[in-house]
Amino acid sequence: MAPEEMESLIRLLSDDGYEVVGPTRREGAIVYDRLQGLNDLPAGWGDEHGPGHYRLHQRDDQALFGYVVGPHSWKKYLFPPRETLVRVLRREDGGFETQPGEPAPPRRAFIGVRPCELAAIGIQDRVFLEQSVRDRAYGARREGVFLVAVNCAEPGGTCFCTSMGTGPRAHAGFDLGLTEVIGVGMHFLVIEAGSEAGEAMLVRLDHRDASEAERAAAERIWQEAPKHMGRTMPGDAREVLAGALEHPRWAQTAERCLSCANCTLVCPTCFCAQMEELPDLEGNASERVRLWDSCFNGEHSYMIGGPHRSTVAARYRQWLTHKLSTWHTQFGSSGCVGCGRCITWCPVGIDITEEVAAIRATAQGKAGGQGT
Amino acid sequence: MNELLEILKDQPFFEGLREADMRLLAAGASLRTFRADETLFREHEEAAAFYLIRSGRVALESRLPGRRAEVFMTLGQGEVLGWSWLMPPYRWHYSARALEETHAVHFDAPALHACMDRDPVLGYALYQRFAALIVQRLQAARLQAMDIYGGGDVGLGG
Amino acid sequence: MSVSAAERQIPEPMAPAPWRILDVRREVADGEVFTWRLRPESGVAPEVRPGQFNMLYLFGVGEVAISVSATGDDGSLVHTIRAVGSVTRTMQGLRAGDVVGVRGPFGSAWPVEAAEGRDLVLAAGGIGLAPLRPVIHAVLARREAFGRVLICYGARSPRDLIFRDELAQWQARADLDVRVTVDRGTADWKGDVGVVTQLIDRGGFDGRNALAMVCGPEVMMRFSALSLHRRGVAPERTFVSMERSMRCALGFCGHCQIGPHFVCRDGPVFPYPVMEPAFRVHEL
Repeated sequence: MAPEEMESLIRLLSDDGYEVVGPTRREGAIVYDRLQGLNDLPAGWGDEHGPGHYRLHQRDDQALFGYVVGPHSWKKYLFPPRETLVRVLRREDGGFETQPGEPAPPRRAFIGVRPCELAAIGIQDRVFLEQSVRDRAYGARREGVFLVAVNCAEPGGTCFCTSMGTGPRAHAGFDLGLTEVIGVGMHFLVIEAGSEAGEAMLVRLDHRDASEAERAAAERIWQEAPKHMGRTMPGDAREVLAGALEHPRWAQTAERCLSCANCTLVCPTCFCAQMEELPDLEGNASERVRLWDSCFNGEHSYMIGGPHRSTVAARYRQWLTHKLSTWHTQFGSSGCVGCGRCITWCPVGIDITEEVAAIRATAQGKAGGQGT
Repeated sequence: MNELLEILKDQPFFEGLREADMRLLAAGASLRTFRADETLFREHEEAAAFYLIRSGRVALESRLPGRRAEVFMTLGQGEVLGWSWLMPPYRWHYSARALEETHAVHFDAPALHACMDRDPVLGYALYQRFAALIVQRLQAARLQAMDIYGGGDVGLGG
Repeated sequence: MSVSAAERQIPEPMAPAPWRILDVRREVADGEVFTWRLRPESGVAPEVRPGQFNMLYLFGVGEVAISVSATGDDGSLVHTIRAVGSVTRTMQGLRAGDVVGVRGPFGSAWPVEAAEGRDLVLAAGGIGLAPLRPVIHAVLARREAFGRVLICYGARSPRDLIFRDELAQWQARADLDVRVTVDRGTADWKGDVGVVTQLIDRGGFDGRNALAMVCGPEVMMRFSALSLHRRGVAPERTFVSMERSMRCALGFCGHCQIGPHFVCRDGPVFPYPVMEPAFRVHEL
């Protein structure tokens, strides 16, 4: 379909009662926010990713999706940074009763979900919906979402989705999937429906079957994109890290790490949270509030006597071994989707692919795979 | 002597010693009984023995000038008491007092020393066991000094 | 958008239910350790297995994870609490008749059934006796099902000993071998002085056949496990109760992880070999 048809898509979704959110340019970054129409998309903008480096630049075309990911991920909608889980009301007799925390969330349509992000949403689904207890609010938000995925034609400088098996093309998990083909004298979107809801929406859009040439153009993108990843992650990261708990690399990296928690904030799968009790001023009602937390915070491992992980080295090790190793045992997959955000937004440019490679290199030099 | 030999053979502490050495130890051993509050030995006295406690409870205590003696450890059934006999100045480093009626095997140290001087194999075997004992007591003393129940949480109790 | 009708029936897992304090009992002279007996305001207390814990909630203050230290025949649950943090120190001020919030029970249980037919060694350090007390109750309820039962309990000093009355009753029983020690004695203390591992070292049980349950500060559990193994107790038959920062108790908040394990869900009771890395790797 024509790129301009995105305006119709956004309008139709909005008319259907969805709050449409997607990429938009703000304060030098491409973030996720409400989209009123096509004009809110960062047409003609591209992004540059490197360790501790992120810049937008103007492209020499009007591509609607000519960038990869920004500092926001879709978890800001599905797993909000701040959520009241329960309201507690004190009663006259000294007792209390509880009420649900928040009203029903709006139904949202996510425009421009990258394949790595689809994978990340799937990973968080396993955390919040597939353990013995379900997070109901997450389930409610998740159920109502309309997902419009976008396949990546130009992987970013810190991307490594190919290594993690999460992209750069989405095969399932979306309602509509887009591939933007842009070149000299041509600009169109190849669109596919991934669900019944997607089919129903596609029918209402002005589109036609893709021609041979158009299909071939999309195919070329799907074939070529994997070859241009910014980085690769060793395939045995899980085993390498499991055997490296006492590796000297942790202390070395800790000298650079500021324990600023940026990586956990931008990571689309991180789910650590803290609970806060917020009573009102009169003392008649209180809220149990869940807030994003980070394993880099001192509070995170707090026990009487001080944080259990008092050193940055221990915290960095916790983050990386959880993300790439123990996550497998807990949830049946890696916790990393290869989006590269943690590398881009680390103020000192720590690169997890480099960390794993470094640990792996020394481990291989020793018998038994143990670090020094 | 046979009774003593049987007692020794039953003790994990003496496990692995040669039969002849067990007999030697048994030969220099005797059964002793201490009443409640009776002193086994006093700090700084000549350390001419070690004990194997069969039953009862013995308090090890030390006294600082001007203060009452403080019990820093108690020993009970099956425990070996006394390593001061092993090395100069061959004087007790602490006092020992029975807290209740206590039965113990008393081993004569000077005689044993002579045998150990003559027979290095016996000497080594005993030194191994007493070194392990001293390490065990040292570790225990460290744990006691660490105040492990102090500020820490335990078993989701606070 | 939609919560299934079936799901609506289940209470929100993060919402505490109101329970009333029936009585408060001081366990140590200065009141720093105290015991609550609680009953739900409505409904019946859920079944709690030895070793499990509840999240206890104080309106306006917060929640804390506390092991159940006994279950009552009258449908009450007993929690023994040590006042060390902001929530537990506030709890110290509560009295019979006050209402608190309870969520739970959570976590894995001590393998009492697996100990049947075997000698059982319980090693408790400090307030670690509290999560082990339900095991003792369960064993005494079916004493003939177990072999020799040895209880080794160590505390800092005589004034820190908890459950004193019950301890005396247990010590008086011929079918229990109860050994109590303190790190530092007092002038009138006539019992053992020394670390609790010494009580294990004295033996008196068949290590190869025995099952052991250990609860206390991590350093105490580590050395107790060593003493038990020296006495022949199989590592797979040695169990420990771990503790970490606990917020949700549901496996969502990520705080209580030890390696791949969530203490709230996979623990707090673990077989020792599973926790061995936690004891060996600094700050794991």
